[in-house]
Amino acid sequence: MRNIVSAHIIARRVALAMVASLALPGAAPAATVSLLNVSYDPTRELYKDINTAFARQWKAKTGDDVVINQSHGGSGKQARSVIDGLQADVVTLALAYDIDAIAEKAQLLPTTWQARMPENSTPYYSTIVFLVRKGNPKAIRDWDDLVKPGVQVITPNPKTSGGARWNFLAAWGYAQKKYGSPKAAQDFVTKLYKNVPVLDSGARGSTTTFAERGLGDVLLAWENEATLANKELGAGKFEVVVPSVSIRAEPPVAVIDKVVDKRGTRKVAEAYLNYLYTPEAQEIIARDGYRPVNKAVAAKYAGNFPNVSLFTIDHNFGGWKKTQTLFFNDGGLFDQIFDAAKR
Amino acid sequence: MNRRNGLLQRRASIIPGFGLTFGITLFALCVLVLVPLSAVFVKTAGMGWQAYADVALSSRALKAYKLSFGASAIAASINAVFGLMTAWVLVRYDFAGKRVISALVDLPFALPTAVAGIALTALYAPNGWLGRWLVPHGIEVAFHPLGIVVALTFVGLPFVVRTVEPVLADLGADVEEAAASLGASRFQTFRRVIFPAIAPALATGFALAFARAVGEYGSVIFIAGNMPYKSEIAPLLIIIQLEQFNYAGATAIAATMLVASFLLLLAINLLQGWQRRRMAS
Repeated sequence: MRNIVSAHIIARRVALAMVASLALPGAAPAATVSLLNVSYDPTRELYKDINTAFARQWKAKTGDDVVINQSHGGSGKQARSVIDGLQADVVTLALAYDIDAIAEKAQLLPTTWQARMPENSTPYYSTIVFLVRKGNPKAIRDWDDLVKPGVQVITPNPKTSGGARWNFLAAWGYAQKKYGSPKAAQDFVTKLYKNVPVLDSGARGSTTTFAERGLGDVLLAWENEATLANKELGAGKFEVVVPSVSIRAEPPVAVIDKVVDKRGTRKVAEAYLNYLYTPEAQEIIARDGYRPVNKAVAAKYAGNFPNVSLFTIDHNFGGWKKTQTLFFNDGGLFDQIFDAAKR
Repeated sequence: MNRRNGLLQRRASIIPGFGLTFGITLFALCVLVLVPLSAVFVKTAGMGWQAYADVALSSRALKAYKLSFGASAIAASINAVFGLMTAWVLVRYDFAGKRVISALVDLPFALPTAVAGIALTALYAPNGWLGRWLVPHGIEVAFHPLGIVVALTFVGLPFVVRTVEPVLADLGADVEEAAASLGASRFQTFRRVIFPAIAPALATGFALAFARAVGEYGSVIFIAGNMPYKSEIAPLLIIIQLEQFNYAGATAIAATMLVASFLLLLAINLLQGWQRRRMAS
């Protein structure tokens, strides 16, 4: 399905490029620039809103037209496309590890990219919450309720889904905080994943399994996804439950240096990402269900985002590189859960 | 037809241009098949034996191969039986709506496999039209290995029907009538007259359906459940390796599957050749 989407996007890009090239030779001084923002799945609506607002602002400021094309798909798959040559001016992915991979495998940007922009290059964040069925029949209030016998948990495969890695780490972080040792945390997540009947390959797949196929008692999801699913897949059929502790899920953004320098789009690409931190963009972000980093905007929308104690990947796990190797690579702690149980 | 005269026959062919067409064939095969496939092996060869074994011969990978090849074999067998029946009905009988049925057979070819997977999952999920009745009786299809077989059977159906159909049509009803007039029972007619004639085509259809099923990803991924050691197919392991940016690991599993598939298809081909020779003598 994603291929169809990206083929569609390519077709649209070609069409836009043709329109742009027709428009260019005109006498008007305004130039048209295009940017490609390679993002992950659930940001489709967010960037549609952001792009319109940024184009308006850029036109007012410089007189130039800017067309921002969006590409969406699984975060890891998107990173691979950029590594394999997709000309992304900016990437806005689900986790820093995927942008690290672009920096390391293809050297398209410096490995220190995350220090270049405020807040760890993360203009918005989210957290992992529970989506349960109406009336919460299994009385699921916190992480401990997920490991009870007879509770079915729906979450995608962390090996194929960036979003699912946040789910896994959220559970792990909770258990480590509550029970103290890494060993206890491992026992906890092992029990949790024994309650998982299906491992979909992506977050949207899991949402479908839970909402449409009626499987499971609780869906682990990003807060913005849970809110969206609650709204769009049947109001009144589900409830969002916010656990006591969760992870600060940080989807970072970066300019792809090699691409913007080649295409001559550095100025507008940097302005685009900086725009995300402005109060105007932060308002859009908050309205689309992501938590804004701007304090004033966050205070204004505090009612939308329940208070929850959040830990970070850097503080609790020592960053993505370490986490990926320890937990999610072949033979890592996630694989060990199944190696022990299913042999 | 006679194999021993194969070389002579080529020289005596009345249609010229063997050299040219053979050259083009070789070139096309190289560009379309050999080069991409050898890239897989070159990439795999770059990793050491230990690294290869860790990825491609782990107990989890072995389990996935077993599931992929096993489910494919079952699906292809089901297709061999029902595909033969469908071909039989389409060739031997005239009935209203025959064209429609014939077109329906090809639908699995045309449908994007993801659509097939999603549709089948919706159907067999515990709240689906079929799943609602099956699950209470303990028959779980969606998110279990059985679902994989169902999806693979769906995508493989046209292969057997379309390979057997022309052979059956060629056979003609007069052969059956001759057998009957010589005193053969209906079963004997099928077993000794019809089956030997269509067996090579049936084997080809089986092999095609099997090969298609082994590599299938799009439809299976939605219905399989994807649990390691239980319902995880080998192509998913390749995707998992890619998600880790481990290109070599992905090609290691791909190369292993390629070799296994090639050996199986070669065996089927040899079997077919042997069968044909036995028929000829």
